[in-house]
Amino acid sequence: MLRILEINLNHPAHYVSVGPFSVSAGNLTIIISMFAIFVVALFLPFPDHAQSEKHAALKSEKR
Amino acid sequence: MSTKTSWTGRVRAATLEKFEPEDLLPEVQPAYVASWIYIFGVATLAALVMLVASGLYLTLEGPAWWHTSNIGHYVNSVHLWSVELFFVFMVVHLWGKFWMAAWRGRRLATWITGCLAFFASIITGFTGYIIQTNFDSQWIATQAKDGFNAVGIGAFFNTLNTGQAILLHVSLLPLVLGGIVIWHVILVRRKGVVPPIDEAGE
Repeated sequence: MLRILEINLNHPAHYVSVGPFSVSAGNLTIIISMFAIFVVALFLPFPDHAQSEKHAALKSEKR
Repeated sequence: MSTKTSWTGRVRAATLEKFEPEDLLPEVQPAYVASWIYIFGVATLAALVMLVASGLYLTLEGPAWWHTSNIGHYVNSVHLWSVELFFVFMVVHLWGKFWMAAWRGRRLATWITGCLAFFASIITGFTGYIIQTNFDSQWIATQAKDGFNAVGIGAFFNTLNTGQAILLHVSLLPLVLGGIVIWHVILVRRKGVVPPIDEAGE
């Protein structure tokens, strides 16, 4: 059943070439993923963040 | 001036003065740390723990095992994917710290040790790639040898010498990298996590 998840790597790597620049598809995927993770990490709210803001708001209301 | 009469006493006094237990093992962090960009340092450490654990297993069993047995293939893959995640997390950590100018507030040594850890990781990763004992490692070693010869260090580090590369990868470089990482983490704990630029009032 897990065979559908297998990727056959038994062939020369695929390369993406633009002018003098050449990068393997695997490396390009990882570089794009790193940029995506970086952007998501900047903008995705942290789970505790909203809760701590709510807690701070409640505390200031009580005062 | 210290009143301690022996060097052990003086080292203890200096250590307690510079490294307070509350700083080294804190229970709470400032509110600005509640952001995903702050988790990549510890994610890198987690990947390093997986790397060392799977690496120890590979070291005990050897190439004949990791090339031929199912469990060997699995542990070898855990080691490879731990490396991939280690570098991905470390690079995102580096980007985050660069854009928040993490050397502010007398944290230059923290920044420098992070850079040293990055370079030591690259060399450790490289020696790992050339000791896979497969066609991939042969290709990398033969290509790299020309590069190392061209920059004049081929006499000290011969990438075709698998024995030298294995010893570097499993003994010397993990010690060097481990030492730098421990130093880096102690500095982070001692100086605290760098605040965002607008929080610091700079």
